[in-house]
Amino acid sequence: MALESHPLTRSRSGRALLGVIGVAAFVLLWKYAQAAGWAAAGTIPDPFRLPQALIDEWSSDRLAPAILSSLVHYVWGLAIGTSLGFLVGTLAASSSLLDALHAWLARILRPIPPLAWVVFAIAWFKVSHAGAAFVIAIGVFWVNYFATYSAVRNVDSRFYELARAFGQNGHLRQALQVTLPGAATGIFSGIRTGIGQAWMTLIAAELLGVPGMGQEMNSAAGVGAYEVVVVYMLIISLVYTLSDTLFGFIEKRVLTWRPS
Amino acid sequence: MASILNIEDLSYHYGNNPDPVFAGLSLRMEDGEFIAVVGGSGVGKSTLLRCVAGLATASHGNIELHVEEDDTRRSRGVVFQDGRLMPWRKLRSNVAYGLKGLKLTAEEKRERVDEVLKLARLEELAERWPHQLSGGQVQRGGIARALAVKPHLLLMDEPFSAVDAITRHHLQDQLLTIWEQTQKAVMFITHDIEEAVYLADRVIVLSGSPANIVLDQKIELPRPRHRGTDTLQKLAQDIANAL
Repeated sequence: MALESHPLTRSRSGRALLGVIGVAAFVLLWKYAQAAGWAAAGTIPDPFRLPQALIDEWSSDRLAPAILSSLVHYVWGLAIGTSLGFLVGTLAASSSLLDALHAWLARILRPIPPLAWVVFAIAWFKVSHAGAAFVIAIGVFWVNYFATYSAVRNVDSRFYELARAFGQNGHLRQALQVTLPGAATGIFSGIRTGIGQAWMTLIAAELLGVPGMGQEMNSAAGVGAYEVVVVYMLIISLVYTLSDTLFGFIEKRVLTWRPS
Repeated sequence: MASILNIEDLSYHYGNNPDPVFAGLSLRMEDGEFIAVVGGSGVGKSTLLRCVAGLATASHGNIELHVEEDDTRRSRGVVFQDGRLMPWRKLRSNVAYGLKGLKLTAEEKRERVDEVLKLARLEELAERWPHQLSGGQVQRGGIARALAVKPHLLLMDEPFSAVDAITRHHLQDQLLTIWEQTQKAVMFITHDIEEAVYLADRVIVLSGSPANIVLDQKIELPRPRHRGTDTLQKLAQDIANAL
């Protein structure tokens, strides 16, 4: 059944207006919950005090270093997890021998949540940037590994036949001419999912004490400064949106050939 | 004219199937000749073409191609049923695909591509992505790509079976024009007997299990031919009866 579209939703400005109303309604409900005391005293922050909390965090020189520190974990974890996931996924999908060799191992390791590795991250890297990047990389690795693996496996075999028909033989040549472009859409969607996955793991990894936004949230909550926690939550949302948009832009430039 | 292709006593088995799809098949083809291979489904028409193209290996027999070694050309050019343009390459780049690895300068490659794009009447569409082309344009792109490598033998696997009837007639006529201009030997696989009679100098009929050539009919109709004439239809009927 087709959804009947409301007249207001048919224009861009109409949808923007509805979006603003939705957010405003939520903030009012939130304010009401805080004023009416729906939860233990002081644990629901006042939404109207968030701007002041943001200014305080910024002027006390905690905000910028925390964001930078988190970005260091994020970028390293993402880069390492993405590269390894892509590499292992491609190799496993291209060789039946490697595929069989790694199949059981992957099945055993894959269900382990990235955060379970925190214990080892601390044991091996102490409380350090490397430890946080390690935990993030594990989560990102699996996302990219699976996306790449299935994208490479699903490349249309007719294009390999085409390559042979026109004298383009050899593994490397076919990998570059057929496998990579043929799997690009799937690989890119894996990278994009990884960008989101990395954020999820990032904060959790930092809650354990590595400097960054997660740690700031934890210490703010410790002194009951819940507005500060929400400030960091919103910054996480903003940074994620920025990185996802940036990547979406790159994806569009690289995959120009796809029908829009 | 000299013989360009000589197939002798060819058999092919699918995988471990003990019964060959065709067996003891022999066929000679002259240079510049247009032959059409017809037959019902499962007689191995496309498999025969894939053997000649080097994409499948026969279980028994010989395929000899009598062409001069030339590293600026490929001996065979293949046109697939589905057109098979790579969606991530623009039309021009798809047409140039087979030129990779040939001993040609960038300038020579560009000229080759321009020449075949013109021959296939696709100059205007060179910068389009495959998804922006119609079914008929995709097929012409596939033909242009095969012609770009200046093959001695053009192998076409039911190239027009996936397009509508009007487009098919246009494509057939364009193919004949190209064939007359380039004087290439063509092996054309089809299940459409009228198409075979309209296009070819010789129609080869495959039938049986294992399949073999049951009829090798020269088509003596003068060119240009006309669809739907009594003589053409009668020839097509005679061939159908052999099936």
